[in-house]
Amino acid sequence: MADDAKHIVSSFEQDLAKLRDMIAVMGGLVETQFADAARALLSGDGDLATIVVEQDVKVDAEERAIEQFAIRLLALRQPVANDLRQIVSSIKITTDLERVGDYAANMAKRSLVLNQSKHSYPLAGIAQMARLVQENLKSTIDAVGEADITKAVAVWRADQMVDELYNTIFRELITYMMEDARNISACTHLLFVAKNLERIGDHATNIAELVYYAATGENLPELRPKGDYSASFIAPSGD
Amino acid sequence: MPDATTRMVLETGTVSSDTRISIKNLDFYYGATHALKSVSIDFPDRRATAMIGPSGCGKSTLLRVLNRMYDLYPGQRAEGEVLLDGENIIAANLDLNKLRRRVGMVFQKPTPFPKSIYDNVAFGFRLHEKLSRAESDERVEWSLTRAALWDEVKDRLSSSALGLSGGQQQRLCIARTIAVRPQVILLDEPTSALDPISTLKVEELIDELKRDFTIIIVTHNMQQAARCADRVAFFYLGELVEVGESTQIFTAPHEKRTQEYITGRFG
Repeated sequence: MADDAKHIVSSFEQDLAKLRDMIAVMGGLVETQFADAARALLSGDGDLATIVVEQDVKVDAEERAIEQFAIRLLALRQPVANDLRQIVSSIKITTDLERVGDYAANMAKRSLVLNQSKHSYPLAGIAQMARLVQENLKSTIDAVGEADITKAVAVWRADQMVDELYNTIFRELITYMMEDARNISACTHLLFVAKNLERIGDHATNIAELVYYAATGENLPELRPKGDYSASFIAPSGD
Repeated sequence: MPDATTRMVLETGTVSSDTRISIKNLDFYYGATHALKSVSIDFPDRRATAMIGPSGCGKSTLLRVLNRMYDLYPGQRAEGEVLLDGENIIAANLDLNKLRRRVGMVFQKPTPFPKSIYDNVAFGFRLHEKLSRAESDERVEWSLTRAALWDEVKDRLSSSALGLSGGQQQRLCIARTIAVRPQVILLDEPTSALDPISTLKVEELIDELKRDFTIIIVTHNMQQAARCADRVAFFYLGELVEVGESTQIFTAPHEKRTQEYITGRFG
């Protein structure tokens, strides 16, 4: 029994490889979608933002195709053990990827609104957060392709930093709004952008958890390191 | 009748896991062939354990040890300990008739005798017990009911058992086995000759019987092991590779060889 033992039924082996390829394609689409959304936002590129929004249809179609294919495998192959874990994880990973795509499209839509703003707004924090989330998303998608649990665990841990950045941006934007009420419109959109980034980070960690489960059959601990305290944040009084 | 909580606990098997059979360092030889190599495994009471593995892995051999079937053939011998309620059943001085009353067996192909349905069921217990006509009738009805066959045959108990369908014949054999009220029921690929619906009926029956008996089933059908066993033991080349709860074995087996076998990556 070699390390890379192949399925006796070679068509099943081909199906599993096809499923991996489909996930890789969808991962690539979403990664690009997110990178473009961040770039459109930071550079004020309206054309690119429009492309990102349109791209979402493709991502949704890919999700449905993977889901249908995975359900077919469950019904026809009755997989067990690592095969079962791979197929079930694939279904869940596509759901996470599809959500990432939605958040990226939403960021792009908001960037179109922000482009109309006559007032200046802070983007340095968002840029930093976007870079970090992009790295995590890339690592997690690589981890899926390579079934690399070391990479998956690294992403899972790195999300704490994203949460902490989110807290900082949250406070910063509230300060801006308190300084000048005319900032409220742009800063509210930016708050949602920051929230989207934070959620994308969470989906990246979900995917990392699924990679770990698919490879080992075990779950990562229930509680992962978290740093999002914005839910209990109170604005300082104005005096 | 136990209360609801107790029943639930019994059904989930968390309480009723007392060991019925405990095997320690069992070796088995067909002449010079070493068919089981230092196998140690426990079979809990009132639970179904499935033994899986490729042909020649030793699972059927182990089943044959549990009721000393190998005694019928010269040159076959077992060494080690096979404790049934603490008594070593491979000891030379054991009363085989008593053992086979406690450990019943159902085979791959239905083995009805060319007798009436009634006589088939009564055949086993008539060897061991002297029952009155009424007691005998009662035992036959009880056995056929437990084997989920009563409703189908109650109006033709005196007809030949050979007129039954394959699935009915197999349930008849199960009725005959439980009629002697054994503690352990061994099933050697009991559904491999049956159609899918008859197979499901037998599996439903196994589910029902494990409330009262220790069930040990050898099967080549992985889905069947997953469906009807609480625990699964995987054998390979005469060794016990892994034993565990069915859920664990089929979702996250510990051993690489188990994983490769159940996913169809063997060899």
